[in-house]
Amino acid sequence: MDFSIFLIQLLNALQYGLLLYLVAMGLTLIFGIMGIINLAHGSFYMIGAYMAYALAPLAGGNFFITLVFGLVLAVILGYLLEWAFFSFLYEREHLQQVLMTYGLILVFEEIRSLLVGDDVHGVPIPALLSGSIPLGDVMTYPVYRLFVSGVCLLLALGLYFVFTRTRLGMMIRAGSVNREMVQSLGIDIQFLYRVVFAAGVALAVLAGMIAAPISSVYPGMGNQILIICFVVVVIGGIGSIRGAFFAALLIGLVDTFGKVWLPEASGVLVYVLMALILLWKPSGLFKAGG
Amino acid sequence: MKRLQTTLLAAALLGTSAASMAEDAALKVGLMLPATGTYAQLGTAIENGFKLYVDQAGGKLGGRGVEYVKLDDESDPAKATDNINKLIKSDKVDVVVGTVHSGVAAAMAKVAKQTGTLLVVPNAGSAMITGPMCAPNIFRSSFSNRQPGFAMGKVAAEKGYKKVATITWKYGAGEESVGGFKEAFEADGGEVVKELYVPFPNVEFQALLTEIAALKPDAVYSFFAGAGAVKFVKDYKAAGLMDSIPLLGAGFLTDGTLKAQGGDGEGLLTTLHYADELDNETDKAFRKAYSEAFDTVPDVYAVQGFDAAQILDIGLQAAGGDVSKTADIAAAVEATEIDSPRGKFTLSRAHNPIQDIYLREAKGEENVVIGVAVEKLDDPAKGCRL
Repeated sequence: MDFSIFLIQLLNALQYGLLLYLVAMGLTLIFGIMGIINLAHGSFYMIGAYMAYALAPLAGGNFFITLVFGLVLAVILGYLLEWAFFSFLYEREHLQQVLMTYGLILVFEEIRSLLVGDDVHGVPIPALLSGSIPLGDVMTYPVYRLFVSGVCLLLALGLYFVFTRTRLGMMIRAGSVNREMVQSLGIDIQFLYRVVFAAGVALAVLAGMIAAPISSVYPGMGNQILIICFVVVVIGGIGSIRGAFFAALLIGLVDTFGKVWLPEASGVLVYVLMALILLWKPSGLFKAGG
Repeated sequence: MKRLQTTLLAAALLGTSAASMAEDAALKVGLMLPATGTYAQLGTAIENGFKLYVDQAGGKLGGRGVEYVKLDDESDPAKATDNINKLIKSDKVDVVVGTVHSGVAAAMAKVAKQTGTLLVVPNAGSAMITGPMCAPNIFRSSFSNRQPGFAMGKVAAEKGYKKVATITWKYGAGEESVGGFKEAFEADGGEVVKELYVPFPNVEFQALLTEIAALKPDAVYSFFAGAGAVKFVKDYKAAGLMDSIPLLGAGFLTDGTLKAQGGDGEGLLTTLHYADELDNETDKAFRKAYSEAFDTVPDVYAVQGFDAAQILDIGLQAAGGDVSKTADIAAAVEATEIDSPRGKFTLSRAHNPIQDIYLREAKGEENVVIGVAVEKLDDPAKGCRL
């Protein structure tokens, strides 16, 4: 492999890693910090992608207006879901959380099937970002992929800042350690968690909407991404925002170069990586809260 | 195990003799197709095609009225054996039609082979079904995975390509398709320089597209279907490869996916046993009737469903409607030229279609026929002992 190709592959790895992080970020909030095993996270991603497809006509085909629409709907959806279902799960066993969130997957898939059907759909890349940059003599790199990476980096920085540098972040982190104590200090932990949950859903929906033009929109797309998201969160250290970031990049690298150098094993490499990291550091790369 | 087989055999014998006693009773057709999940739409198209034929034949197959028993196979191989056994034992169907997913179809073929129940496979292209699993009572109305690949190998060689890279999912259908391509292309002097594989059903292609750009082959042969096909074509175009390295594919790359590909698939050359704008009367009549009945344009899956019913009709008419006369049914089907919307075809000794494979070009939302890539292409039916 010559050096320029190596660099392009590195860019591919980085870009894939950032996309993974974008999806896993919401899971870090809901699973990592709030402690709920949320199998329906993939469904939120799927809902986002379908919103990018289905809401586009309402927004006059403008991708960015669609994004705003989708985000507002996602926050409302997240808030209602927490109120109706998830608020009953904090004190429950993991098995019950798995059962309920698995049930939600089935419900969301069925609703999707009824509303939009089972077709595969494409979402056009917004005209503003539809260009591409030449790389080497035959290849070009789509600007939109770079845009996705940029959005992801910004969100990562923003989230990290909120969690480590603001009062809100401090309250959320405290709540994840001891709910009752935070409550007794006069903080409305119920409302706070409802907001965090809504933010987690909104992040997953945003990831789905932004990924839709490059991933296309199809039934079952959420379940595919769900497992890899859990891998990201577990490798990074459950509850660690920074950990998930580095874990996602690591998976991007292993997956990309695995496909090139060890194509026979590329399907399992990510899981081998997870096993090795957990052997070395059983609680993941970073500590919770960081 | 032995005992189980004896019991199954006994059950089968009982079932069939009961059926022959009741020849005038309705023919129970078990439709074991996907009604949910990714392949739901394919299942619907097959069912529509099947019913259209039956309706046109006056609601009868082989002279008997038809009664349907529907079962959603969920494209889940783990449930396949139980599902088909349920159809045969508790629903007492005379005939089973199914399915789309190769893994499920393989399990169905196994049970059909053991019990002697008539089975028509209206899609799954796995080599096994008309290879090691072949049986006098098992028929396929669709294709084998090797066929479109083989035809494209011929086309690539004719176009003067010398070095071609292939890319597909690492699973049975993909490997069989690439195998067919390689066989024909290398026999005609070409060379497959690299076989690239993506774990199924992963759709992250960027790393392998970069590999292709580095290899600079004369062309790329690909096998993808459904959502994977949509994303692959879009990514291939976005990577700027479409203009410099021609993309070839088995027909599924552009079948039912062109709209979602949003114009990125325009001009792609693919090979398949069906195409839009075929110049034959059967197809024109079929398209008209199908559009009127179901308010949508038929696709290759609908054709395969239609022909599944047609194959049953031909066989059962020769056997006087008696599903237990497997030898008569097989003999009649093998001897008849089937007048399909795809053009006329026959079934091989292993009961896979010997059919023309068309070369098609994607125009708008259609795959327009531009010629016949290979006429009357057979399948080697490796491992079949009929």
